[in-house]
Amino acid sequence: MTAPILELDNVTQIFRVHNRPMAAVDGVSLTVNEGETVCLVGESGCGKTTMGKIACGLRQPTYGRVLFRGQDIWKMDKKAWTEYRQAVQIIHQDPYASLNPVQTVSQILSAPLQRHGLVKNRAQMRDRIYELLLTVDLTPVEDFYDKFPHQLSGGQRQRLSVARALTVNPSFIVADESVSMVDVSIRVSLLRMLGNLRDRLGVAFLFITHDLAIAKYFAWQGRIGVMYVGRMVEMGSTPQVVNHPEHPYTRALLSAVPEADPELTRHKERVSLRSQDIPSLFNLPIGCAFHPRCPLFVEGTCDRVEPALLPVEDGHTVACHVATGQVVARERAA
Amino acid sequence: MATATPSLERPSPLAPLNSLFSGIWSGVRLLGANRVGLLGLLGVTFFFILCFVMPLIIPLDDKVKIDQIYAAPSLLHPFGFDSQGKDVWTQIIHGGRTLILIAVGAAVLATLVGAALGAFSAVIGGRFDSALMALVDVWLTIPQLPLLIVLAAFIRVNDPWTLVFIMGLLSWAPLTRAVRSQVLSIKQRDFIEAARALDLGTSHIVFREVLPNMMSYISINFILAITYAMYFQTSLVFLGLVPLSGTNWGVMIRFAQTRGAIYSSDSFWYIMAPVLAIALFQLSLVALERGVAEVFNPRLRS
Repeated sequence: MTAPILELDNVTQIFRVHNRPMAAVDGVSLTVNEGETVCLVGESGCGKTTMGKIACGLRQPTYGRVLFRGQDIWKMDKKAWTEYRQAVQIIHQDPYASLNPVQTVSQILSAPLQRHGLVKNRAQMRDRIYELLLTVDLTPVEDFYDKFPHQLSGGQRQRLSVARALTVNPSFIVADESVSMVDVSIRVSLLRMLGNLRDRLGVAFLFITHDLAIAKYFAWQGRIGVMYVGRMVEMGSTPQVVNHPEHPYTRALLSAVPEADPELTRHKERVSLRSQDIPSLFNLPIGCAFHPRCPLFVEGTCDRVEPALLPVEDGHTVACHVATGQVVARERAA
Repeated sequence: MATATPSLERPSPLAPLNSLFSGIWSGVRLLGANRVGLLGLLGVTFFFILCFVMPLIIPLDDKVKIDQIYAAPSLLHPFGFDSQGKDVWTQIIHGGRTLILIAVGAAVLATLVGAALGAFSAVIGGRFDSALMALVDVWLTIPQLPLLIVLAAFIRVNDPWTLVFIMGLLSWAPLTRAVRSQVLSIKQRDFIEAARALDLGTSHIVFREVLPNMMSYISINFILAITYAMYFQTSLVFLGLVPLSGTNWGVMIRFAQTRGAIYSSDSFWYIMAPVLAIALFQLSLVALERGVAEVFNPRLRS
């Protein structure tokens, strides 16, 4: 078996905010195989974006290792690092902030091509830029060639940032909420375009989103990881997580997704949480971080012992004492 | 689009030079596209020719002519004659050079020091940043003209370089603070992160991503610094705080005033000529600044 394209091994990211430590990501492991799509879902502030930044080497985790094709990226020599840098790209959430306002479309796309010697002369450069713009459906390409970002719409800008990421022929793309800032009508076509890239170029994706419906649409063949306050609470193939959610938090998330069919909505099982408040990252609950909100809360265990990610079926892991049957076992032993 | 395609056709060993020239040329074209900016450019060009080329052709009239005192303007002497019967027009021609050179020198110094310190402060951060910003805050509270007046009493400012140095050092602080906060904000933006992810290198990030975003601010500041330095100099001369040597617009105003110009309507052109010269030069700079802002900030172009 070949090494996975990217592996996050027990990474922890601690930020110091006003001199108080805060773990944005706490001991999370994640594996992405070549050509695979992995979705990270969770509420705002659960560490999804930090995970993305760690995965593309923009942030060095406080603890833990990041392995690219089996090599620790923070211990790489220059050659391997350059290779990694080009293989892993990021598409940001906000297309208004991720493009330099003083550069034209062609300047934005030519800089990486030039820097890494991916084209030999100006004719090749132009051909490659045309090809990239075609790939991301910015047509007619001549119209876009000399435009500035402010002359493009949100959707067009986002396509341009995809094109920029594609300049270096990456094999792994971190898409950080890449479609959440554009109109719903544009979202589907953007997703379809990204899906095409994945199928045609075999690009692996780490797709970060807060929207389970998008995760379902984009990563049905892949896997979903559910994060809560910096921890991974459930991980499995998309059909497993969506059809048989085991963690109470995942269930709550899924029950919050609106369905187009009113009949379905009416008969949908609602998960009622005991509290709506997301705990502060400075002051996380002891034991399972979800226990103050959890409908399945068992006193004495959930508020004392932090649950580990344990398998419930093949390739489906959950960090919950109740779902994995740990609590019952403990009570019997006591 | 039609203009850009041919320039991409064939590679040339002079490519970087070409791109520099085409950059400058497109900058001038953009400046020309903005009517106010074009006026400013024309005005500044006019003053450049007036103060740096014309003195080579037209000699300074420094002969005292009793019969010409306050003689009225004519075609050959468009601003008439002064209290000693010297031609005012030749004094205007010869009186701008040092003023402008000192003003530009002071602005260059202030801009370089301000931009460099601001950028370093943002990049280094920590104690250095805090200390420098505290110094800037103190510096900003000092009223500059009164300080300059006091300084002028202690330092011999008859040497133009001393004046450049003093005025440059007086005006570095506001730019330092502004550049620091701009660098802090720009280096956090997503496009910088994208450039890092694309491994574009530090020099690309500094010179192609960060700096162009601040160029409009820095260049505007530079132009405004020239205007401030002009005012400072003429104020110093007018107040009699620097030696009244040579011919310059400030000295002209001073002499016109002390020799009774405000009491005599004959000398209207003697006092108005340098005032007009200074005012028009400043106006041209401010107009140019409007155009320059557009050149560096594509969002202002419509």
